[in-house]
Amino acid sequence: MKKLLTGNEAVALGALEAGISYASAYPGTPSTEILENLAEYKDEVIAEWAPNEKVAFECVIGASVAGARTLFAAKMVGVNVAADPLFSFAYSGVNGGMMLVSADDPGLHSSQNEQDNRNYAKFAKIAMLEPANSQECKDMVKTAMEISEKFDTPILFRMTTRVCHSKSLVEIGEAVKPTKKPYVKNLQKYDLVPANARHLHVKVEERLKKLEAFSNETELNYIEWNNKKVGVIAAGVAYQYAKEVFGENASYLKIGFSYPLPMAKIKAFAAEVETLYVVEELEPFMEEQIKAAGIHCIGKEKITNIWELTPDIVGKALLGETRPVIDYDLSVVPNRPPTLCAGCPHRGFFYELAKLKNVMITGDIGCYSLGGSDPLNAKDSTIDMGASISMGHGAQKIFNRFNENMRTISTIGDSTFFHTGINSLMHVVYNRSNTITCILDNRITGMTGHQENPGSGFTLQGMPTTIIEIEPLVKALGIKHVRTVNPLNLKELKEAFTWALELDEPSVIITRWPCVLKKQSEADKKEFGNYFGKCVVETDKCIGCKACIKTGCPALQFNKGTKKVKIDESQCVGCEVCKQVCPVKAIKRVGE
Amino acid sequence: MPDVKNILLVGVGGQGTILVGKILSNGLMSAGFDVKMSEVHGMAQRGGSVSNQVRYGKKVFSPIIDKGQADILVSFETMEALRWLEYLSPKGKAVVNDYRIPSAPILTGKSDYPEGILAVIKSKVATTVIKAAEIAQNIGNPRTMNIVLFGALVRGMELTDIEWEKVIAGIVKAGTAEINIEAFRAGMKAGEI
Repeated sequence: MKKLLTGNEAVALGALEAGISYASAYPGTPSTEILENLAEYKDEVIAEWAPNEKVAFECVIGASVAGARTLFAAKMVGVNVAADPLFSFAYSGVNGGMMLVSADDPGLHSSQNEQDNRNYAKFAKIAMLEPANSQECKDMVKTAMEISEKFDTPILFRMTTRVCHSKSLVEIGEAVKPTKKPYVKNLQKYDLVPANARHLHVKVEERLKKLEAFSNETELNYIEWNNKKVGVIAAGVAYQYAKEVFGENASYLKIGFSYPLPMAKIKAFAAEVETLYVVEELEPFMEEQIKAAGIHCIGKEKITNIWELTPDIVGKALLGETRPVIDYDLSVVPNRPPTLCAGCPHRGFFYELAKLKNVMITGDIGCYSLGGSDPLNAKDSTIDMGASISMGHGAQKIFNRFNENMRTISTIGDSTFFHTGINSLMHVVYNRSNTITCILDNRITGMTGHQENPGSGFTLQGMPTTIIEIEPLVKALGIKHVRTVNPLNLKELKEAFTWALELDEPSVIITRWPCVLKKQSEADKKEFGNYFGKCVVETDKCIGCKACIKTGCPALQFNKGTKKVKIDESQCVGCEVCKQVCPVKAIKRVGE
Repeated sequence: MPDVKNILLVGVGGQGTILVGKILSNGLMSAGFDVKMSEVHGMAQRGGSVSNQVRYGKKVFSPIIDKGQADILVSFETMEALRWLEYLSPKGKAVVNDYRIPSAPILTGKSDYPEGILAVIKSKVATTVIKAAEIAQNIGNPRTMNIVLFGALVRGMELTDIEWEKVIAGIVKAGTAEINIEAFRAGMKAGEI
């Protein structure tokens, strides 16, 4: 039977067919749906959200050492967080097979940089597989497990946005009942003290040689002979683009096992073709190694390493082909940027925050990064998960040392706080800065599409669990000044900011209100009640001052002709932020 | 790949383009085509510009549609049709919903909703304008607007041989099959004009 699946769905299915019994991850686009899909198979797989990628990776190591087949998944920057255990586990090797999915995001559809994680395979000296469609995503999971166990190596399973989120046809196989290998205590292998690790480095180098021999033999790297004037070496979605451009007018060396590269096979292929192209997205990962082996090829001198490729980019670069397009003026179309939803609990918070003077607002990764967009404009930076708190601390120390009248305010979501913000806050307490940390607790992991987290009360597989409450947690860390406020109440927010700015010790403001799109739990319903409703503008009272428009709510529209504001009732949920902002009380709640 | 057809669905997050992409690709698959579909997910928020790309034929390689390559552009929102028009082949067809959703710069009064969009598109390519919101309202459920547009797409691509009503019934939420099929038929009819 064939099904149309995304790469992520196919990986989950592959895990089921490969007998994987433990998986852990932290949500991150474009990797999130792998664990979400795996979580459905409760009888076969333990699937868990971890607070961060390092924790997830280490849990997976534990499960592998205990004897299970295992999977870790992250977006590419998430692999950075897990890099510490990755580099050492690369030395110890596995017991049960282990693969780490790195879901890279060429084109930065939803990421803060465009790093090429193929480099991690070379850097950590582990094997790498690169699927090019959903069928390969599924099949290569099983292959990954076999290679991992045979060569005693973790596998870097490298995907990209277009592989993760494109659907293609997949032949469904049989799920297998997971088994485990016996656990054997082995200090020389798993106890990476220098005396052991020193010897393991020798083994890692030997392993690489064996893996290269395998790379030359395996059908994962195969040649399609056509016209020999042009030869193309490609992997992943770039292979599809090359096929789209050259069709049968070129021969291909399709790389599925991409580290170590099959250099002997590449040499033989190169010898048969007149011109050799290496078609790869982002960095010249294969090209540099091929050139270092003394093989002439053409790659990045023609094909850009910036943003994602398309068949047209490849066609234009290598064949000079361009496609006719409709000629018109695109510049007349206004942007449609993502915005905080109508009723988003972050809106009132950023509206009040934006009024503060002499502050540096350090942001973080999540929906609330939109607090920096027009018209709220309440943000100075976003670097990485957890950085809002630690960056804020560093900046505050310097403002204080140089007697500048500046305060730093860190804004971070609940899930991001659990991720790594908690460590940063420990640093703030320990090193005594007077930063103001605002934890925007919307009771769920928002931006990646509502994943449970340590504060939400449920596990990934739907089990009720202990809720880790943020207020007692930050108090236990040593924060003496903590306030929890309702972010739909602007007066409460304003008072909290005034209170915090007067303190010369670190403080935490927790805003607690569920994401407007969240499917509310019983606990949410009990705590927050049914607050949903509608607001309307009493048109005769509206003076067209646009104060409400400055909240950036997408349900509010200013009519330039009538100079009045209208609320779109299909979007309004009755959060009443606009009602509080209106200077002439022209906005009322329906039914009041 | 000349035997590959390219369908580009565009709109605003929350308009149901993904459901249409799913119905479309499943129907094409059942008809024996190789199918690839691309959508970029990510942000959970409502309201951004979204696209859904479906390619089908004997054998499909790339999952994405390049500029100038779409055989049909189905826009669920009027202004989005103009944003994505560069992806449509000059020989292609446009199916445009006469339905405006102002974006953030328009809501705040910084920009104006562009006028004359339909005239521009009509002057460039074969265009069918559909009042899908009105049609869906008349049927009795404004939320079936996406399926009305799907009907117009099926007519526009001459894909009427596939048993779409069966496919729709198998995919839409239980209890909504009948009204969605009605919306589909109305869209097919509207697409004839």
